[in-house]
Amino acid sequence: MSAIHCRDLCKTFHQGEEEITGLDHVSLDIEAGSFVALVGPSGSGKTTLLNAMGGLDRPDSGEIVLGDTRIDTLDQGELADLRLNRIGFVFQSYNLVPVLSARENVEFVMQLQGVGAQERAARAEAVLAEIGLEGLSGRRPAELSGGQQQRVAVARAIASEPQLILADEPTANLDSHSATQLMELFVHLNREHKVTFVMATHDTRVMRYARRVVSLQDGRIESDQRTPEAVE
Amino acid sequence: MNITGLLAWRNLWRHSRRTWLTVGAMVFCNTLLVFLIAIQLGSYRMMIDNTLSAFTGHLQVQHLGYLEEQKMRQTVPEAAALASRLAEEPHVEATAARAVTFALASSEQRSFGIQLTGVQPALETQVSSYPGLVSRGRYLQQGDDAAIVLGSILARNLKVAPGDEVTLLGSGYDGSVAAGVATVVGIIDSGLAEVDRGVAQAPLAWFQQVFALGDRAHSVVLRLDDVNRAPMLVPQIQASLPVGESLVALDWDQLQPGLREAIRSDMVSAWFMYGVLIVLVALSVLNTQLMSVLERTREFGVMLALGLRPQRLGRLVLLETIFLGLIGLLLGVALGALVVLYFDAYGFSYPGMAEAAARFNLPPRIYPQVSLLSLFLGPLTVFLGALLAAVYPALRLLRLQPVAAMRAV
Repeated sequence: MSAIHCRDLCKTFHQGEEEITGLDHVSLDIEAGSFVALVGPSGSGKTTLLNAMGGLDRPDSGEIVLGDTRIDTLDQGELADLRLNRIGFVFQSYNLVPVLSARENVEFVMQLQGVGAQERAARAEAVLAEIGLEGLSGRRPAELSGGQQQRVAVARAIASEPQLILADEPTANLDSHSATQLMELFVHLNREHKVTFVMATHDTRVMRYARRVVSLQDGRIESDQRTPEAVE
Repeated sequence: MNITGLLAWRNLWRHSRRTWLTVGAMVFCNTLLVFLIAIQLGSYRMMIDNTLSAFTGHLQVQHLGYLEEQKMRQTVPEAAALASRLAEEPHVEATAARAVTFALASSEQRSFGIQLTGVQPALETQVSSYPGLVSRGRYLQQGDDAAIVLGSILARNLKVAPGDEVTLLGSGYDGSVAAGVATVVGIIDSGLAEVDRGVAQAPLAWFQQVFALGDRAHSVVLRLDDVNRAPMLVPQIQASLPVGESLVALDWDQLQPGLREAIRSDMVSAWFMYGVLIVLVALSVLNTQLMSVLERTREFGVMLALGLRPQRLGRLVLLETIFLGLIGLLLGVALGALVVLYFDAYGFSYPGMAEAAARFNLPPRIYPQVSLLSLFLGPLTVFLGALLAAVYPALRLLRLQPVAAMRAV
């Protein structure tokens, strides 16, 4: 069963008079529960594809189906609801809300979903404990290391119980140790929660963990390889 | 507090110095507005009190149509008795009957047309401030017969002083020629040229005799315990008037329409000044919130990416402004109330005011009006102005696209 299906996606950007190809007839089918890395050099279209899959940006043409929902035709409000309830995001720069504590950052998305205060707090504490941040839930982002912040960002992404987590260069700002820990966490969550992971990266450390590596170049899929030897 | 409220509150203190500067501007403006509006309302109250206590009173009973055209025959019958009866009505503190006519006043050297008023000396002192303005001689007394007090300019024009005689010639109630000689007993000096040039008062009983009025007069003046009750008391007084005499009860606003107009025009000019203050504060809030929104564009982009709808972002900014405005409002009202309460106890004055006020028989100090209106009108307007100023930054967020916003530096 497909977690997300992209068919013939095209996207161009305009920079002054120059036209840049973001996606050039990209078709991709990602099965539920898979662990996929989108790789390629800067400007290859990884982030553009990730944004399109996450409903953050619209393709110029083509269609995207998340589960059983075609998302490229949804309006902004429907896309916001879709992102809130079915997709989790992990960004390169963590992007936590600086004035909220780790727990409040995790609770924030749940509050938007309408989860009650008690359940929110309990779930947030449980998720933070699962990712190894018990005891740090009251700290604000500035009081956490980069790796810890990225873990909180992951906790925020999984707290809403999404079907799909999209991670854009999640290890780019992390040292080697933290990057390894994060990837092990991703693998754990993928296995335990059956969440589909799609990561845009050019970090070879990440690629080692992916069970499928899709390589992009100039907005096109250059290769699509299954890697049974991925680190478990 | 839910996370949105918590977020709004904490966002406010990200740049605490900037927030305090904006709050400071609001507090200063609110304190100033509370003080100015309280003083303004207090001075209006004083202006109304002084103007009405000079002559008009808070309410008058007249013959129907007398206000529009003062005719000798439009009288209030048994006026003194009616005045006594009306003095018993609730909230009525004092009453006095008056009669008015135009006459030619002549001294040995000069003649002038004057408006002569017949008054009940003992009662007039309770409804009018003129008796307290006598600068030479004395005011009329109970038992005076052919006595008269004149305004200082009128006396100068007639070249008379206390002890001199003035001959009065006019037309009686019955159309006959009325004439009388009265001795000047006092000179009124109000400091107002219009008053000092025109005022001439004689005892009502003598007036009625000279002008063949019998027991009639032209008005009964009422002073109430509270001037604000006047409009409400009109129906009560009207109901107590003798039926079939075509008498009407009129409140001070009907008797002196110019007074409210003067207050209204003063209010307009004052509110123009307050408006400038409020706009300045609103611009300060606009600057703060716009800066705050612009520097958080990336963060807002992330929130949109997480599934927050743009409208909720707009509400977040408005909530921050509500917190900002409430702090400014509460501190401003508290500080303003302290200032106003101080002046309520000790009065407000400025150098030279007491001397100037004494000349016009006015209180030497202005006392602010302490009321919910004077305390909250200005600050609430500032609060609304601040909210209005935050609408633009909030509206900007509605157009925000997550990807573009997350690219913002």
